[in-house]
Amino acid sequence: MSLTLERRETSTAPDAVEVVRRARRAPRVHHRRLVAGLVLALAGAFAVRVLLGDYTVTIPDFVRILGGEQIPGATYIVMESKLPRAVLAVLVGVAFGVGGAIFQTTLRNPLASPDIVGVSLGASAAAVSAIALAGWSGWPVSAAAVLGALGVALLVRAVAGDHGGFRLVLAGIGLAAAMQSVIQYVFTRVDEWDVQLVLRWLTGSVNGVAWTGIGLLAVALAVLLPATAWAARSLAASELGDDAAAGLGVGRARTELLMLLGVLLVAVGVAAAGPVAFVAFLSGPIARALNRGRTTLPAAGLVGAVIVLVGDHVGAYAVADLNLPVGVVTGAFGAPFLLWLLARGPRHGLRGRRAA
Amino acid sequence: MNPADPTSSARLAASGLTLGYADTDVVRELDLQVPHGKVTVVVGANACGKSTLLRGLARLLRPRSGAVLLDGEAIHRLPTKQVARTLGLLPQNPTTPEGVTVADLVGRGRHPHHGPFGRLGRTRQEDEQAVAEALVLTDTLELADRMVDELSGGQRQRVWIAMALAQGTDLLLLDEPTTYLDVAHQIEMLDLLAELNARRGTTIVMVLHDLNLSARYADHLVALLHGRIVAEGTPREVVTEEVVRTVFGLDNRVIVDPVSHTPLVVPVGRHTPVPAPASPVEETR
Repeated sequence: MSLTLERRETSTAPDAVEVVRRARRAPRVHHRRLVAGLVLALAGAFAVRVLLGDYTVTIPDFVRILGGEQIPGATYIVMESKLPRAVLAVLVGVAFGVGGAIFQTTLRNPLASPDIVGVSLGASAAAVSAIALAGWSGWPVSAAAVLGALGVALLVRAVAGDHGGFRLVLAGIGLAAAMQSVIQYVFTRVDEWDVQLVLRWLTGSVNGVAWTGIGLLAVALAVLLPATAWAARSLAASELGDDAAAGLGVGRARTELLMLLGVLLVAVGVAAAGPVAFVAFLSGPIARALNRGRTTLPAAGLVGAVIVLVGDHVGAYAVADLNLPVGVVTGAFGAPFLLWLLARGPRHGLRGRRAA
Repeated sequence: MNPADPTSSARLAASGLTLGYADTDVVRELDLQVPHGKVTVVVGANACGKSTLLRGLARLLRPRSGAVLLDGEAIHRLPTKQVARTLGLLPQNPTTPEGVTVADLVGRGRHPHHGPFGRLGRTRQEDEQAVAEALVLTDTLELADRMVDELSGGQRQRVWIAMALAQGTDLLLLDEPTTYLDVAHQIEMLDLLAELNARRGTTIVMVLHDLNLSARYADHLVALLHGRIVAEGTPREVVTEEVVRTVFGLDNRVIVDPVSHTPLVVPVGRHTPVPAPASPVEETR
């Protein structure tokens, strides 16, 4: 029961309550529309990725293939190449989008995203070491990726202290370089390696992943995303700064739990597809700009999924006879965005431009 | 540990409280009873520990020794969300998130009243009621759908106070709520807090820099020096030339504020001409 209500001496005019109700409803309605629009965009991108390309599948054929019918050529292409790539792209995009937005929001710095501060590359270095040096496969690789991501996250924090600012970003960039050299070292120790494999663990790719790997990621997300939705309710308070959040009854533990979930999301994504460059970094600010500058994790996840789907489609078909991993494409688009953000300064980078 | 004196009317108290950062103690073995339903102002020179004391009272700092007691219980042992339903805090530099409207920001003050799985229909109505009240009290209702980062400094500070009010607590702690405001907005802000205290009976504890405004608005004044209380009581008892000299190391005269009839400190600088003979206050004593 609210003390305010008990103590109120005169009832507040009903129109005042109505003004508040309307003012509070407006951003919620906008957010709902944004999420609906992004779901449609995602469905469209998914259809394009699965049905179009150098081999066109009609929708009736696609339904028949899903039903288990064998259509020579088409069944193999859809079930072994196009569909797993598209599904993985969505899952990985959601994981990176939400994970990145958690980092950027909690640390209040768009540059403090997991792919810039080395967390993604930490997961990648641990995963590639587990695969290439220890010969692991399946969920132990995911576990190694989680350990690698956690290790880098803890190390960055130990170096940077409590500051979420440029000190953390600089420490993270240093560690990211170190992790990259670990990955490169691992490749010098492997006898058989190919360019696709190197690119996968350095920039990320959704090529050639078995359904079991995708299932593993889906199970992990089925646990992590609801947990994130629960923990993220405290963001409304923790966005106001540590002191104000504590005043509202949100302690540090809650924020750390959310960060941990962000690390886990990124780590399981990396274990499945490598550190797809800049997806975690781009999704949050794009979703925020679309949401009139307000923080939104669901939209960030959907934006991430669209980016990976479209990036993979572009990588597969933009250049004839060249199947570029998605990370190369997202990297190419992400780098100019990073420069733009740096040039504008960290504070303005998070701000969505409101239409004039 | 001393339990709070049950006969006193304090719901918030410090008992043998020592607070510090790293290896230095900033507040030392301090005892304080915050008078219930009154406005308490903490004053002192820079780095005397007044903000640290306020942060300690708001459970943002864990005591080195001693305790902060809320209704007789050590505050940092209570669930933080439960404390947040009784004790509100407006920190010195809260962060304004991007793209947030006034109604949204003020609504975030309702966070402690939400259950572990969000709010239900009835809670939402209570939230809207509390937010509307807070906006009306702070005269910011017409700003409800404006972006907070587009407001002027004075408006923004009123909105932050509205957020603390929407929290609906009996106790409200404020760390220098008038910083960055011009003198007219400072008065407006302090009038608002005084009205809140008078109309709702909210107990207010704040840190202020301006000694004269403190003397005008405080029921209870606490003067700190090196983390200890050197004087405590009504402004008339505390604001004397001797105490001001001790606390701020400042040569001064104390006269009567012609508007509020509270003590008014007039500093004597090195370049001030020879001080005039005795002030009216001293003559009447």
